[in-house]
Amino acid sequence: MELHVLIRNVLADHGRLSVDAAALDASSDLHEAGLSSHATVAVMVAIEDALDIEFPDRMLNRRTFESIEALRSSIESLIVTA
Amino acid sequence: MLAFLDLSPVGEQLVALSHKIGSEVARANAVDVDRAGRFPAESIAAIRDARLLSSLVPRDLGGDGARMTDIVAACYVLGQYCSSTAMVYAMHQIQVACLVHHGLDSDALRAHMALIAEEQRLLASATTEVGTGGDVRSSVCSVAVADGRFALRKETPVISYGDYADDILVTARRTIDAPAADQVIVLVRKQDAELVPTTEWDALGMRGTCSRGYVLTASGPADHVLREPYADISSRTMLPVSHLVWTALWSGIATDAVQQIRANLRKQARKSAGVPPTAPDVAMLHADLELVRSAVAATTQLYERVRSDPAASTTPSMTLRMNALKVSVSLALPRIVTDALRLGGINAYRNDSEQSLGRHLRDLHSAALMVHNERILANNGSLLCITKDDV
Repeated sequence: MELHVLIRNVLADHGRLSVDAAALDASSDLHEAGLSSHATVAVMVAIEDALDIEFPDRMLNRRTFESIEALRSSIESLIVTA
Repeated sequence: MLAFLDLSPVGEQLVALSHKIGSEVARANAVDVDRAGRFPAESIAAIRDARLLSSLVPRDLGGDGARMTDIVAACYVLGQYCSSTAMVYAMHQIQVACLVHHGLDSDALRAHMALIAEEQRLLASATTEVGTGGDVRSSVCSVAVADGRFALRKETPVISYGDYADDILVTARRTIDAPAADQVIVLVRKQDAELVPTTEWDALGMRGTCSRGYVLTASGPADHVLREPYADISSRTMLPVSHLVWTALWSGIATDAVQQIRANLRKQARKSAGVPPTAPDVAMLHADLELVRSAVAATTQLYERVRSDPAASTTPSMTLRMNALKVSVSLALPRIVTDALRLGGINAYRNDSEQSLGRHLRDLHSAALMVHNERILANNGSLLCITKDDV
């Protein structure tokens, strides 16, 4: 599965967004779309589980979860280094 | 605790003035403030006269450019004399810190900070809201901006000393369409607001904070809406600063209780010309308090070191630590003062004695509820699901 599809699926299942995750722009602000800090945790553990990766603490900030694109590039950097 | 803190010269002076105001004004009124559940008007007037409401405001805007450590020290000192005075002072400083850390790039807010110094304005906050179940990180109400003016209406379960504040920092959703967590802070001047009280404040402790509920309706200049998201202001300033100033003043309350027990011990030692049998119990009491005070001081020093770095000051481990400090201290201090009460015997138990500790104990039971520990532990619990470091 392509990464951005997986991210959209996880956002749809765990993000509790106020808009449809499939219709979001890759650069849309996820916090403005209603991603709460609580939902961020759920999104993150779901991604960690699906890809068998761990987000290091330095990535645990609002910027990492700012948009689908920001998330994709963070995840890619983890997969490359893994 | 002061021995641990690196105070600036401003801080040294602040501590001296806090002791003076505490011993000359706050202590004399503390019993009446508590009994009557009235605002500590005399001590806040003395704080105003000494220009202590603008300590954090930068010098070029008329303040003293104090560091947060200086304010933490002052809270600890004031807490030893009157809990309500210390809490009003501490809550004011949290609001000023939000403006100073997040508003210096705005001409309107800079001008207002100068006004805080000039007029010694008292700031309050309206973060909780009816309908959010105590979650300060979500709002029902929203800000509407049109023609250079903001407008908002908020139903607040509490605004501490709302009747006496000159300005109130109010959280609200950024726009009418924004999700609950997309919040901003609005500086609401009293003259721009209408406050209709909905509840009185008759509580177990912290009775002088006069924390009534209100319906707040306000309209003012649009540039009084802070540009930075509340999420960032909260994690960088409001949350850590709140937990530091609160735990410091709570430690001050407990210190006054323990000091009374230590004075009793010295009196007994002189009378019996030897070490009284209760001395080890007093030593344990002192040790329990020392653990709390050193934790507050150490966390203050850590905050000061990372404060200017946005990334370092908002790491998950910083948030975990700040939350852990608040929860642990809020649970430890009522236990410590309960031990002091037992050691103080009937004189500590009586309400009509000089050595009464009832007020200290009642005031300290607010600590677990000021942002409820269960909510804080839920936040830390979810953070622990994703964080790995422990440095």
